[in-house]
Amino acid sequence: MSRPDYLLFDRNTTALIYGMQTKAVQRMLDFDFCCKRDIPSVGAMIDPGKFGSHKVFWGKKEIFIPVYPDIKTALGNHPDIDVMINFASYRSSFDTTMEALEESQLRTIVVIAEGIPERLARHLREVAVEKKKVLIGPATVGGIAAGAFKVANTGGTIESIIDSKLHRPGSVGFVSKSGGMSNEAYNIIALNTDGLYEGIAIGGDAYPGSTLLEHLLRFEANPAIKMLVCLGEVGGEEEWKIVEAVKSKKITKPLVMWVTGTSIKYMPKGIQFGHAGAKADATRETAEAKNAALKEAGVVVPESFDDYDKAIKTTYERLVKEGVVKPVGEEEKPPVIPMDYSSAVAQGLVRKPTNFTCTISDDSKEELIYAGHKISKVIGENYSVGETIGLLWFKERLPKWAAEFMEIVIKLCADHGPAVSGAHNTIVTARAGKDLMSAVASGILTIGPRFGGAVAGAALMFKDALDRKLDPDEFIAEMKKKNIKIQGIGHRIKSLKNPDMRVVLLKEFAARNFPATRLLDYALEVEQLTTAKKDTLILNVDGCIGVLSVDMMYGLGWSEARIKEVVDGGGLNGLFLLGRTIGMIGHYMDQSRQKAALYRHPWDDILYDLPPLVE
Amino acid sequence: MAQRGIREYHGKKMLARHLDAYLEDSIGYDGKIVLVHSDTNWDELVSDNPWLKSEKLVAKPDQLFGKRGKHGLVLVNKEFDETRSWVQERLGKQQTVNGIDGVLTHFIIEPCVAHEVEYYAAIKSGADGDTIFFSLEGGINVEENWDKVVSIQVPVLKGIEGLDIEGRLPESLGKNRKLVGSFLKGLYKFFAAMHFAYLEINPFAIAGDNIIPLDLVAKLDDTAEYLCGKAWGDDLEFPAAFGQNLSPEEIKIRELDALSGASLKLTLLNPDGIIWNMVAGGGASVIYADTVCDLGFSKELAMYGEYSGNPSTNLTYEYAKVVLDLMTRKKDSQGRPKTLILGGGIANFTDVAKTFTGIIKALNEFGDKLKEVNARIFVRRGGPNYKEGLANLKAAAEKIGVPIEVHGPEYHMTRVVSDALKA
Repeated sequence: MSRPDYLLFDRNTTALIYGMQTKAVQRMLDFDFCCKRDIPSVGAMIDPGKFGSHKVFWGKKEIFIPVYPDIKTALGNHPDIDVMINFASYRSSFDTTMEALEESQLRTIVVIAEGIPERLARHLREVAVEKKKVLIGPATVGGIAAGAFKVANTGGTIESIIDSKLHRPGSVGFVSKSGGMSNEAYNIIALNTDGLYEGIAIGGDAYPGSTLLEHLLRFEANPAIKMLVCLGEVGGEEEWKIVEAVKSKKITKPLVMWVTGTSIKYMPKGIQFGHAGAKADATRETAEAKNAALKEAGVVVPESFDDYDKAIKTTYERLVKEGVVKPVGEEEKPPVIPMDYSSAVAQGLVRKPTNFTCTISDDSKEELIYAGHKISKVIGENYSVGETIGLLWFKERLPKWAAEFMEIVIKLCADHGPAVSGAHNTIVTARAGKDLMSAVASGILTIGPRFGGAVAGAALMFKDALDRKLDPDEFIAEMKKKNIKIQGIGHRIKSLKNPDMRVVLLKEFAARNFPATRLLDYALEVEQLTTAKKDTLILNVDGCIGVLSVDMMYGLGWSEARIKEVVDGGGLNGLFLLGRTIGMIGHYMDQSRQKAALYRHPWDDILYDLPPLVE
Repeated sequence: MAQRGIREYHGKKMLARHLDAYLEDSIGYDGKIVLVHSDTNWDELVSDNPWLKSEKLVAKPDQLFGKRGKHGLVLVNKEFDETRSWVQERLGKQQTVNGIDGVLTHFIIEPCVAHEVEYYAAIKSGADGDTIFFSLEGGINVEENWDKVVSIQVPVLKGIEGLDIEGRLPESLGKNRKLVGSFLKGLYKFFAAMHFAYLEINPFAIAGDNIIPLDLVAKLDDTAEYLCGKAWGDDLEFPAAFGQNLSPEEIKIRELDALSGASLKLTLLNPDGIIWNMVAGGGASVIYADTVCDLGFSKELAMYGEYSGNPSTNLTYEYAKVVLDLMTRKKDSQGRPKTLILGGGIANFTDVAKTFTGIIKALNEFGDKLKEVNARIFVRRGGPNYKEGLANLKAAAEKIGVPIEVHGPEYHMTRVVSDALKA
């Protein structure tokens, strides 16, 4: 699509965005929608090294913008693109801009990055001049062709854009260094004229890719632009070139201009205003000298910025009177952009029911919180592992004795050698070459009624018996009658005379630290009766953990309902699960250190007892 | 920032470290120079630089100002002990240089080299390329003899490679013509590779095959730090201009500025002034300061300040506190009300209501003090949520009992300045 040299952007311009600047792209498309453009102004994006696509809103609808790994591929697929907006960082902007300058298809390149070294920026400018391309920036927000095309984040929010009537063209061309002030200028122009036609911010660097004058000359050549407005700056020679251009009649359209920085002479020596270029080293470069020279050359220069709006208004009204411009009549309203869900939420305009509820931890705040305790408090006050478990399982900070009990249980359950089903499965899985998660998961999956699960089972049975005030002998009789094995009772080899050290330790700890051990005492009475029948029918470690866990909850003063909730919910198995995971991880690491080969169970250890062969 | 002055010491050290790499001939500079300040350990200095004891020395301050000779601040051709006491007598002393008061904090000491002629060399970067300047008559009078200065333009894209530097130098250089030509070419490559914006060696002398930079002034483009930081050296610093003695408040704002991604600036101009501009945005802040001055109130402008780059509520609060504290320390001697101008253009995406929350918090804290100095507040700002921000600010000031006027983008940006000055 060929456009005259003076015209960088129109309603059909499409751009390539270098960098995944998704917000900027959405803002460009929202602008397009307000301008009732037929096609989106972003043709493609570049995510270095990656092919893909990016989803954006086009009004209410969602569309895909193709993503390419490099400039050449993107342009090859989109022959209509003639603008590139380069969002690469200051470190890589030079190289990517140089690459873009080599592409004959591109006419305009906008460089957003701030902090590109001056020598490199100057080099880019020279190459652009040589290749007859327009380089806007570096260190710029870009520019805007009202009602046609918006560069990246120019103009601010869509509300500001509509307030400044940028969704439809007027007849004023504006150029300045500052991006922030160009926004203000568009507002001033909207308030005092028929609106902006095109506005460019060339960026605040010492060596901008294109100059104030070059853009003014483009505006001069564009018949749709009737009036020029410019904001200059202290420092540099650029404004003097404008003086020359006006004197030599290269600029003939009315130009309203003000050079900022008149206060610099009242500042201490060496103060640097916001822009790198804004520093006057010689009298010629002061704002006063430039304003005076511009005025003398015939430019409309106000007395101060305070009269800038009036100067623009007067000049515009003169053009109306002369019939050069026709004021706009009834303004057409731009289509409304649907509000983003996130902004609607932020403004409290919408609500929706939640699908999830969480009552234990919160990552949505500035700091992670466990049941009302900030992570900085948990670490700062050195909460023990037991206390941390208390927060996440029971939503309260447990007293020391209870937290310590949980830790003892975890330590006791941490491992029980390689032969038990959990560890065995972990080892076999590890040796099959699976990863840590799979190996440990396969071990965990064996935990249940027969392996490890007796903790919860024992707690349930003993508690139920005690609650029903059954005497130990009545309890044993009832279970026998129902033919149910009492969980937590019985060991393969241990007996009263040869006790399990783990059970001894637990009982000792409980005796010293628990306020009371009602259920343990009850279980021990049961044990007296069962061991009388067979000396290995002792209260085993699972049983002991189970009943003491219930005693712990009694000791914490929890209600029956709350205790029942924990016991019925199988929560006590969690203690075994948590503890044993430590061992399973250990077994996985052990096997993987050994580089143990695939395990195959020997045939001679299997009884093959199949039905007879069918002939 | 961009172009920033560096100490003569660092410029010469860089020259000594890197110049060789850019020279074809074996001319060079030995880099015998030390930097002395109040923390210098003189014994260590001597053991690291034994030449200090064996050669006659030159000493002078190194604080980005010139005309040191005219102010009697150059000591020439003295032994170490005398040089040391001369420097120690001056370190930490107040001094007026070129009309600016400041404290002498840094000196350099170098060997005193006997020489006959003094040459001038400078390289300056400009929009159309770099310019190399050379003169046979270097020294303090070079500007008066500017017609004798040879200038050679180096184009941006072609660079220096194809340029005949030697042929452009005066014939009267004689046997040194080749040497100087080669030196200037190397110096230019050094200048370009190190991202200098300005480099002046005035004067330099030639002793045998050695180039002796007698005096050096340099500016670096600080944005090239990511490319050249290593070559510049770990000890490189960009000192503040001489006499820029910052107040504790200015230092505090600099620290806040350095700590955050946002931009906060404060320069106190006249603490007794009655106009206090606290303006959002770099471009807008300059225009507000301009307008106060253009309307004839430059003497009453208390500060130049700016906050931008989406500062957090808390950062804005900290900034506003510093400004309000300075503003309310004493009443105006003529009993006039003090004016706070909370100005700004139309923000792009900064939530105006949010940043105003920080200002409101500070206003509430300083409520009584603001009333004591008869404060009035003028506000103008646009951008996301500006209506809410303005309404909040208005309500807060009215509650405190401080007169306030608020305006949005429909009001010309600086009109609050003329309103305030008229009132």
